Amino acid sequence: MASSARPLTRRHAPTERLIEAALFLAASIGVVTTIGIIVVLALETVQFFQLVSPIDYFTGTVWSASIRPFRFGVIPLVVGTLMVSLIALVVAIPLGLLAAIYLAEYASLRTRNLVKPVLETLAGIPTIVLGFFALNFLTPNILKPLFGDAIGTFSALAGGLVVGLLVTPLIASLSEDALRVVPRGLREGAFAMGATKWEVVRQVVLPGALSGVMASIILAMSRAIGETMAVVLAVGTNPQLTLNPLESIQTMTAFIVQISLGDTPQDSIQFRSLFAVAATLFAMTLLLNLVSNRVVDRFRNRYE
Amino acid sequence: MTTTGTALERPRFEPHLMRRKLTGTLFLGTCLVAIGLLMLALVLLLVDVLARGLPWLDVDFLTGVPSRRPERAGILPALVGSIEIGLIVGVLAFPLGVAAAIYLEEYARDSWLNRLLRTNIANLAGVPSIIYGIFGLALFVRALGLGYTLVAGALTLVLLILPVVIIATMEALRAVPDSQREGAFALGATRWQMVRGSVLPAAAPGIMTGIILAMARAIGETAPLILVGAVTFVTFLPQPLSGGYTVLPIQVFQWASRPQAGFQGIAAATIIVILVLMFVLNGLALIVRARLSRHIQW
Repeated sequence: MASSARPLTRRHAPTERLIEAALFLAASIGVVTTIGIIVVLALETVQFFQLVSPIDYFTGTVWSASIRPFRFGVIPLVVGTLMVSLIALVVAIPLGLLAAIYLAEYASLRTRNLVKPVLETLAGIPTIVLGFFALNFLTPNILKPLFGDAIGTFSALAGGLVVGLLVTPLIASLSEDALRVVPRGLREGAFAMGATKWEVVRQVVLPGALSGVMASIILAMSRAIGETMAVVLAVGTNPQLTLNPLESIQTMTAFIVQISLGDTPQDSIQFRSLFAVAATLFAMTLLLNLVSNRVVDRFRNRYE
Repeated sequence: MTTTGTALERPRFEPHLMRRKLTGTLFLGTCLVAIGLLMLALVLLLVDVLARGLPWLDVDFLTGVPSRRPERAGILPALVGSIEIGLIVGVLAFPLGVAAAIYLEEYARDSWLNRLLRTNIANLAGVPSIIYGIFGLALFVRALGLGYTLVAGALTLVLLILPVVIIATMEALRAVPDSQREGAFALGATRWQMVRGSVLPAAAPGIMTGIILAMARAIGETAPLILVGAVTFVTFLPQPLSGGYTVLPIQVFQWASRPQAGFQGIAAATIIVILVLMFVLNGLALIVRARLSRHIQW
């Protein structure tokens, strides 16, 4: 919050008030946006639920929005989304965490200046490029030789792998921050007890930074669930309920893209289903973000 | 602590120093392998895109318009669309984002309303970009009647990157020491005079870097623009308020969705153009940062 210092001048020119009001208006755009998003999603979703019962929507295991008979059971899309996100986390947690530990505990300034740009470049690459990479390089050159004909052009695995690459910098940078907050004294105390570097990292630093690391993983999960373009190109448009990562599936975000690409009339049931799916997606990511904030808040107080 | 009891009975001092150090070395090796894998992935990605795209990249490609035949296709409408959107987003998000951050850092007292504003910004930064597209569709395209135009797309992206700009600016403001503020107040400055004359110049490098990186993010953003109509076959230069428009990442998406090798080639060439644009913006951010922070010392 604002510095505790106060202006000494008593003069309260009207312009000062005006400026403060204008700044406040700018700051409140965010709240207006949030309310706007919630209102739009809620209104359209309610309209959709008048056509399809919420029970069918939340418990249905068949999603068929473009082929008759139309069925709107969201479970295949949710399972597809979660499968891609879990594969992404399986890739990103070890890679991101190891990179974070290396940067925070081991790296010299020189190696740091080499590794940091790699992570920053990865973080800055447009996600569509990663989708292109999955489609044109990862699947034909790496996954096909590994799995043969079992894997098609589109697969949850390819999508999950590139999304993992995409969220690794997020885990790395947030976890590194968390590791750095652990006070130096704790490390020195452990060294004084005769611990080796690895023992200090594993038994002192990592436990001390655990909540920050957890928060980064939850945020990465939320990011992976909401990721769109990398997934659209990599996983295909086949909303089937499967747990086989080699199959083509469809995620919630990919469905939204598919519907808004086609010539779907805006008053059709398909177009309305887009809002219900978006509302589900919004609720899932919001929940994860809130949990992550909670975890971060708790950990912030610990060393202050 | 459950281990305390056992530790008293049986000290856990294990002086197998060689073995313990070996474990540590193995762990460091694992870290290096992980970093190596990340570097390898990045290099493979860049090399693959370059190898695929460079043969297609020439002047005709940059100045041409999309075509149904990859040999004839060009990206001028998308390039112009991306640059226009980047500029609109920068021009609008800059004052709004900086103003919001100034309020939150320099004016806001610790009230429930201000805490709500802050928490909300953090949460907005975590909303999936495609959700912004849906909101943009409802607000700008439909409710405000802008239609599927470049301005509607740009405004949607402004909402999307505003939280990024605000967070970056707040961090830059927080990095300015309080002594700067107290010094300004001691000279009789009002709060706004203090902000404008003392804090803003000191925070300028961080703020400008944040804005430029946010513009780079806007140029690479694809998903929300699909919702607000950027996917059209555009063979003309986009007009801000009428007619269709397209941007570079959308062009990549459209071409990459076609199986023919030719279209994958021009998609890769378009990716190269995007990456060059981002590289230029990132370089600009570094230069601006270096130039503006020359005079700042504390």
